[in-house]
Amino acid sequence: MINIAAILFYLFSGVLLSSAMMVVTARNTVHGVLFLILAFFNAAGLFILANAEFLALLLVVVYVGAVAVLFLFVVMMLNVEMGNIQKTAREYSVAGGLIGGTLAVELILMLYSWNTSPEAFEMISSPISKDGVTNTQALGNLIYTHYALIFQASGIILLIAMVGAIVLTLRHREGIRRQKIGDQLARDPKDSVSLVDISPGSGI
Amino acid sequence: MVSIDLNNFWSSAFQDLLVLVGYILLILVGLVLAVSYLTLAERKVLAAIQIRVGPNVVGWFGLLQPFADGLKLIHKETIIPTRANPFLFILAPILTFSLSLSAWAVIPFGEGWVISNINVGILYLFAISSLGVYGIIMAGWASNSRYAFLGALRSAAQMVSYEVSIGLVLIAVILTAGSLNLTEIVEAQKGLWFIIPHLPMAVIFMISALAETNRAPFDLPEAESELVTGYNVEYSSMTFALFFLGEYANMILMSAMGSILFLGGWLPPFDIVPFTWVPGIVWFSLKISVLLFVFLWVRATFPRYRYDQLMRLGWKVFLPFTLFWVVLTSGVLVTFNLYPGS
Repeated sequence: MINIAAILFYLFSGVLLSSAMMVVTARNTVHGVLFLILAFFNAAGLFILANAEFLALLLVVVYVGAVAVLFLFVVMMLNVEMGNIQKTAREYSVAGGLIGGTLAVELILMLYSWNTSPEAFEMISSPISKDGVTNTQALGNLIYTHYALIFQASGIILLIAMVGAIVLTLRHREGIRRQKIGDQLARDPKDSVSLVDISPGSGI
Repeated sequence: MVSIDLNNFWSSAFQDLLVLVGYILLILVGLVLAVSYLTLAERKVLAAIQIRVGPNVVGWFGLLQPFADGLKLIHKETIIPTRANPFLFILAPILTFSLSLSAWAVIPFGEGWVISNINVGILYLFAISSLGVYGIIMAGWASNSRYAFLGALRSAAQMVSYEVSIGLVLIAVILTAGSLNLTEIVEAQKGLWFIIPHLPMAVIFMISALAETNRAPFDLPEAESELVTGYNVEYSSMTFALFFLGEYANMILMSAMGSILFLGGWLPPFDIVPFTWVPGIVWFSLKISVLLFVFLWVRATFPRYRYDQLMRLGWKVFLPFTLFWVVLTSGVLVTFNLYPGS
């Protein structure tokens, strides 16, 4: 008997890891973002395998449908030249190597003391909730009943971040004409056109 | 609730698989036919509104015109610009077309007439429709052409903006129906279609659908007068045809979504005898046709929006209003104890 769930799991995680690798190694930045989207899709596939279909589709809607579009938007507009990148990459290689090396050592140290619990192996294809509660209900119950305050606090943090981003980028430029639809609709021919009697040579 | 036992896939489900492929082929053939006749309907409706005759040469009343157009497109040469990115250039129309087809997997055509009755059907539809922007943005970038690129950027900004208000409209409907499953959303409208309590949301959904499918008056990505035709300017032959089919299939999909969310899907308008004799799929197709007519009607009637007006409408009018309506809906449901399951 072939275990389809296991095959799919290794397929999704294999493509996920290799496309994540391609995100940082792709020479073309636009290709990099497209590989990132592929990685998101495979993560969604892993969620579906774990019967977390709500999270899977939310991942697609939020990350693929909105965040990655903005990435793509910016990357396409910037039109990065590869020559410059290689030059700056050489300049930053020492600092980058230090940080990356530290992280790698930490990961390896952690792997030494890692014990995979037997339950984790079963999680590959087991449903999240076994008692007939749908994903959406289970998540809603968790977020809005048990962790309502934490959820609201994270909302406030996001709001502050948003206000900060707007404050940083907002600038009032002089001499820009904006359309005021209310003013346009409120205009009356009587106020805007007037008949003036001018004596010759004097002007208005 | 649907659950697939993946481990017994081969032993038990081979026959089901064949049946499933049959259903999928049925829907695909029906959809492609519907798309081809939608192009004819568009030309006929536009002609009627402008007091012209419209296509009437090929076949009886011009009924074979879509096939003549299709043959013409297949005969043409596929041109790939020299400095284009060939892989993405070819992938973009394929992506657009296959996305517009794959959304139909969760659409219920009648009671139980659905390929995959998943729990989060409405989220799946939303996800698929939000992916449509990639076909356009990839086409614009891969063509390596200024016009195509500008069209693609406009389209990306526009679709992302209007998705926000569509999402909030969906939330208002989900709150009233109490489910993310499309079949249950339709069932919840027995007796009262959601267009009656949610009329402003239905109007906003329709306008956002126009923007989401890049149709007039929001067809800025393909504004002929300034961008030639925008993102698909470098495409020819079948690659162009796939974009064209995808756009029209998306129109049909948005109309199907509108009729499921607000017009009661396959339900008859009144649950009494002469109406219940008519099968559900006929009601569903009728509702889709009415919404499609609105698409064509709007195209013939309204001039194109300016870009800043489009963004203003999306972010400063629709977003606050839909947000207010979601709060209002949940407030009313809780205050009068109307929420589903109470």
